[in-house]
Amino acid sequence: MQEQSSGSSRRLPKIAVIDLWKSFSGKEVLRGVNLTVAPGESLVIVGGSGAGKSVLLKHLIGLIQPDRGHVIVDGEDLACADPERCLAIRRKFGMSFQEGALFDSMNVFDNIAFPLRRHTRMSEEEIAERVRECLNLVHLSGIEKKMPAQLSGGMRRRVGFARAIALKPEILLFDEPNTGLDPITAAAIDRVIMEMRDKLPVTMVTITHDMSSAFRIADRIAMLRDGKIVAVAAPEEFRTLPDPYVQGFLAGQPVDEEVA
Amino acid sequence: MKPLLPFFEAVGRRWVAVFEEVGRFFYILHSTILWTFRKPFDVREWVRQMVRVGVESVPVVGLTALFTGMVLALQTYRGFARFHAEGFVASVVSLSLTRELAPVLAALMIAGRIGSSFAAELGTMRVTEQIDALYAMAVEPVQYLVVPRVGAATVMLPFLVVLADGIGVFGGYAVAVGLMGANPVVYWDKTFQYLDLNDVFSGLIKAAVFGLILAVTGCSKGFFTTGGAEGVGRATTAAVVMASLVILLSDFFLTKILF
Repeated sequence: MQEQSSGSSRRLPKIAVIDLWKSFSGKEVLRGVNLTVAPGESLVIVGGSGAGKSVLLKHLIGLIQPDRGHVIVDGEDLACADPERCLAIRRKFGMSFQEGALFDSMNVFDNIAFPLRRHTRMSEEEIAERVRECLNLVHLSGIEKKMPAQLSGGMRRRVGFARAIALKPEILLFDEPNTGLDPITAAAIDRVIMEMRDKLPVTMVTITHDMSSAFRIADRIAMLRDGKIVAVAAPEEFRTLPDPYVQGFLAGQPVDEEVA
Repeated sequence: MKPLLPFFEAVGRRWVAVFEEVGRFFYILHSTILWTFRKPFDVREWVRQMVRVGVESVPVVGLTALFTGMVLALQTYRGFARFHAEGFVASVVSLSLTRELAPVLAALMIAGRIGSSFAAELGTMRVTEQIDALYAMAVEPVQYLVVPRVGAATVMLPFLVVLADGIGVFGGYAVAVGLMGANPVVYWDKTFQYLDLNDVFSGLIKAAVFGLILAVTGCSKGFFTTGGAEGVGRATTAAVVMASLVILLSDFFLTKILF
């Protein structure tokens, strides 16, 4: 299958995806995905709607089980039998969902405090301190008492980021972080992601179909098409790839499926 | 054969759907049992759900039981008077309430009140990815969401039924003595004359099983919701219909097994 060419994959990968296949009610969504994510890098997976980006991202954290193939995190296969070991591996992750996926029965503070209360023995003062830190990182403050329904879409997502980083995860996953937002808010979200990349010792995997956002936040860009990774390259290299589909994607022009 | 193919396909699809449903029910039941005995134990969530299922259902269950007892006394009194057996009204009321009516009617009311809200809550959390978010935070959704709900329903239903037994018997007494002119002392005496402790206990066992059934049904319907807001609506309705049906079906077999 496709071999990764980037030099960063010489080190032991943080995440390795090996020949991943998945179909839903007969429709093949992933058809042999191979991908490695190096420690500390920011990988952006781009692709058209329905290319299987979300499905791939959800495989990385075990939200979906593959039909075939493996997801290896720090040398450990996610398809482990012991559910408690699974929970331990999952604690390395923080994930931000498309619409934030905040618990709507809790206010902002309790949302961010939730993983801390669940997984640590921190005192309430320490938790309050950590919640403030996380909110500062995403440039929000003074909204601790608000309910998710009272927030705008962009704010909800940033609270989702704050919740995802509360436990200081080693890996951050972003599911379409700026889809459906106006360009200014989307750029603000990108800036928050870039700051998190620079300030936190994390590996990041983001999926998006917004190329300008991908170029801003990526160390490497991977193109997913028809359930396979068709190209992986650093952003500046990615622009010059000869692949007609990639060029069509960059230019925002339709590509004849048959020719490509 | 060819023209019949769509018919067989439709029938087959139905059966597959039924088996899927049964599979989901037992999947949720199985993982609930598994995760009930693993740390951490969510005392606050348990208490919250127990208050919701138990305490907040007292008015509904109480009213249901009161009027069931009253109408039971009224009907049997009229009927039994035809062959001069009014003396047995008290026994009939207390036996049928404790063994059958209180557990079944309470369970059906709770299925409508609680089973539906479990399905709606979990369904909304599913379609807004909140369940995925729990999972991503290394919190097992079944343990955090389903275990306290199923536990609370299983524990609280017997308590509600004890209450319903008492209120129902009181309702029967009020109608028979107050309305139909039965002798209060005789009626009271007859209420307990043929009543075994086993009658009450069997009703309570039924209640616990019904609580388990309605909670697992509601949770599994919600947990596997697909299709946005409409899907949540469908899950909610289906949860009540399915729970009520399974309660009535299992009632027969439980009665057959227990005595």
